[in-house]
Amino acid sequence: MATDVFDVERERQLEHRRHRWGRITLYSLAIGAAVAAAFPFLFATLTAFKQSSDLYVKDNNPFWFNDPPTFEHVHFLLFNTNFLTFVRNTVVVGLAVVIVTLALALPMAYALARLGMRWGERLGIGIFLVYLVPPTLLFIPMSRVIANLNLQESLWSLILVYPTITIPISSWLLMGFFKGIPRDIEEQAMVDGYSRIGAVRRTVLPLMFPGIVAVVVFAFTLSAHEFIYALAFNKGSAVKTIAVGVPTELVRGDVFFWQSLQAAGLLVAVPVALLFNLFLDKFVTGFTMGAVKG
Amino acid sequence: MDEVTTTIEEEVAAVAKSVEVRRLSKKFGGVQAVDGIDLKSTEGEFLVLLGPSGCGKTTLLRMIAGLEHPTEGEILIGDDVVNGLPPRIRQIAMVFQSYALYPHMTVARNIGFPLKAEGLDAATSRKRIEWASSLLDIQDLLERRPRQLSGGERQRVALARALVREPAVFLLDEPLSNLDAKLRAAARDDLLEFQRRVGTTTIYVTHDQVEAMGMGDRIAVMNKGKIRQLGTPDEVYNRPADTFVATFIGSPPMNMLERGNFLMGFRPEQLLPVGIVDGDVMPMTYHVNRIENLGSERYLYGFIRGYAEDIKIIAMLPSTVTVAIAAGQDHEFAVANAKLRYFDKETGLAMVGAPT
Amino acid sequence: MTTSVLKRQKRYLFENERFLAPLLMSPAILYIIALVGFPLVLAIIYAFTDITVGDSSLDFVGFETFRRVFDDPVFWRSLRNTFFFAVVANSLVVIFATVLANVLVADFKGKWIIRFLVLLPWTTPVSLATITWLWTLDSLFSPLDWILRNLGLIEQNSYYLGKANLAMSSVIAVHTWRIVPLAAVIVMAGMAAIPNEIKDAADIDGARFWRKLFQIDIPLLAPIIAVAVLFGIILTVTDISVVFVLTRGGPTHATQVLPTWAFFKGIEGGALGQGAAIALFLFPVLVAITAVVLRLARRREIL
Repeated sequence: MATDVFDVERERQLEHRRHRWGRITLYSLAIGAAVAAAFPFLFATLTAFKQSSDLYVKDNNPFWFNDPPTFEHVHFLLFNTNFLTFVRNTVVVGLAVVIVTLALALPMAYALARLGMRWGERLGIGIFLVYLVPPTLLFIPMSRVIANLNLQESLWSLILVYPTITIPISSWLLMGFFKGIPRDIEEQAMVDGYSRIGAVRRTVLPLMFPGIVAVVVFAFTLSAHEFIYALAFNKGSAVKTIAVGVPTELVRGDVFFWQSLQAAGLLVAVPVALLFNLFLDKFVTGFTMGAVKG
Repeated sequence: MDEVTTTIEEEVAAVAKSVEVRRLSKKFGGVQAVDGIDLKSTEGEFLVLLGPSGCGKTTLLRMIAGLEHPTEGEILIGDDVVNGLPPRIRQIAMVFQSYALYPHMTVARNIGFPLKAEGLDAATSRKRIEWASSLLDIQDLLERRPRQLSGGERQRVALARALVREPAVFLLDEPLSNLDAKLRAAARDDLLEFQRRVGTTTIYVTHDQVEAMGMGDRIAVMNKGKIRQLGTPDEVYNRPADTFVATFIGSPPMNMLERGNFLMGFRPEQLLPVGIVDGDVMPMTYHVNRIENLGSERYLYGFIRGYAEDIKIIAMLPSTVTVAIAAGQDHEFAVANAKLRYFDKETGLAMVGAPT
Repeated sequence: MTTSVLKRQKRYLFENERFLAPLLMSPAILYIIALVGFPLVLAIIYAFTDITVGDSSLDFVGFETFRRVFDDPVFWRSLRNTFFFAVVANSLVVIFATVLANVLVADFKGKWIIRFLVLLPWTTPVSLATITWLWTLDSLFSPLDWILRNLGLIEQNSYYLGKANLAMSSVIAVHTWRIVPLAAVIVMAGMAAIPNEIKDAADIDGARFWRKLFQIDIPLLAPIIAVAVLFGIILTVTDISVVFVLTRGGPTHATQVLPTWAFFKGIEGGALGQGAAIALFLFPVLVAITAVVLRLARRREIL
């Protein structure tokens, strides 16, 4: 800086060039990342519509429809397998789990966010520790508990147990959202004449609505993703969920119904991904707010 | 050390450059934040950009820094057009409202950061850091982290980091607003002394007109993306260019009365009891509603007979004026004609001389 | 006089914070104790019995079950694999997620599509995402092999899931692929928390891209990256779906991990006691890795 002799024009050109190279790298990385993330899905899309005569030839170009594309395997999936049953089961379980989760996690989150005081932080860590005890540790004794309660081979077994997975993280997210709303609002309502619960119901919950929707989506997807409990509890086809039904039922002995398998994966992946993308920013807010003190 | 100190100080004073913007505009989406501004500072000047929030002063500062790209217009530092050049090349240093100290680095590393980026060798680096920290009296804080410092100390570290780059221009964005009111006056003093000593051209953004009046060589009063007036504190106070400047500067603001198709303005301290002010005056009957006695002065709130009662007229009587004033009564007051200011009712612009 | 005082106390019970807080939290806490705490205790008890699906009596056998578990070399393989997969996969995740986060915070055209595609691995249910990989890595028809064969890089197909080392790499690859989006999102949240003024100050101070990245962004992001790594480790260690769907633990137990081995032994094999014992070892693995990550983070003064 002591010497200020520099060529302004040259600097400007250098800067322009640096900027352009930066953009090129950015786009390359972005496209590269997208390809790396999505290529299995790309193959799945192509495979789902390929005829068996085209698919099961080793040297055929997998990126090309050497025989014309066909819907027969998607048709098979939807109408000749229990796929739709699996979908129905997953949705039913998901909705029920969401209701249970909200019923238990909302009050918990409110208490932690507003009434926490000293033990709020310790309880937060407690929640995290619960998360550390995974279903893959508990599933063996849990399967006995379910059997003793006579809930095996039913959707109720899942509805009963899945909230153990959804409640800890939902409480964390909801706590974050509550913290994002100033205390003043409900305190004002209490001064204006409402009880605390009434105040919260009328003033805070409406403001929480987008956050609650985000948690609903998140809890639903957690429930839909769950594998081990569903695998351990429900062995009968009629009560399987998508996550378990697809890998186990679309394989008969050594024969894989590849096209239907891939189609199943896609049919589930895309809608869930769309939903997730819509709510992504909300999750991030709730997640980070949960970490803020006070 | 003294010889070295003087050398560095001389270097710094030597590189001060003027800053100029021509027809500068910035549009964000649909909002015109800065609207065709022309401004030129002299070398070594302390120039204040003053205005309410949203007037465009911070945007203007950020464009000079290179943190925003102008939609139109040119920015010159010294004689060079710097449009398109990144901040680090413009020879500027900036102090932010929050001071923006790197929280994970010690004070010494914070100050030394720009030198490392420059590629300066360790020995020269250390000398400059020592010089800057002694100038700002923070030598004892070099090994601390920002979170262990008070607001005032953080401000001085931010200044040291700015100074150490030997910039041609300092850009300061409301650096005192995060300090306690008590500290602010002392900090203002220190800042001014600092600027006098290093002699670097300084552009200072604030919304506090007391700060602006106390610190600036010249003040650019801004509103809605335009400069309403550029002048010395005396000029903007006593000869405001329009009604905005007249009412923004001065606390309480200038009184305004409608007379025909122009506005007549006078400052609260100019509205005095008839006996106090003599010579060429304009008499007014002043109905006083309320009196605030602050010890060193009295503020009177009321209205002038002959004008609407809801036009609030404020008078400021220093304690040296001992005339008895009673609330709820009319009093005979007057304003020296020389102190009356006239503004066009439609444009708000000042009129030269009294209208006939 | 006494009755009205009592009535008043009762009515305001719901206003009292000290009463209200436990009331609001107890349903959730009781539920967790019943359905997490109780089974956890049961798991520990099972591990000390010889309980099987056939003989459901809880006969205490001391450390016999553990000894049977330890005698089986597959257990040790599973333990090692669990650890190994988690560490390797998550080390890769840190690098890729940081790069991806930097890409996703920038502004560019088509960002929404890229973001959608990049999140697909995470948003798809694990088992189904793994199914798409089953085809990609198939021993006969893998499109990857087809590309490599036609580029002349390989002669025969690679048996991605059939050869031990390749199978392990495949499992690690799928885990990494799945977790990078989640980690990137967490890191992005951390980047948003860095005040803009600090980034501006770095610009003015002369820092260019690499210096800004390594001396400003990454040190300030370190705590968030630690959180992301923690999540990734938990997800990798406790996951059963990837190995189950991809290799079922094969070839010959080369990719067996604790959760799958517990399943095969406990549920499919019926030896509940052994299954519980195997699964219990997940806990020390998790605690150990978590402790190491936290210690590293604390030493660098970032947490």
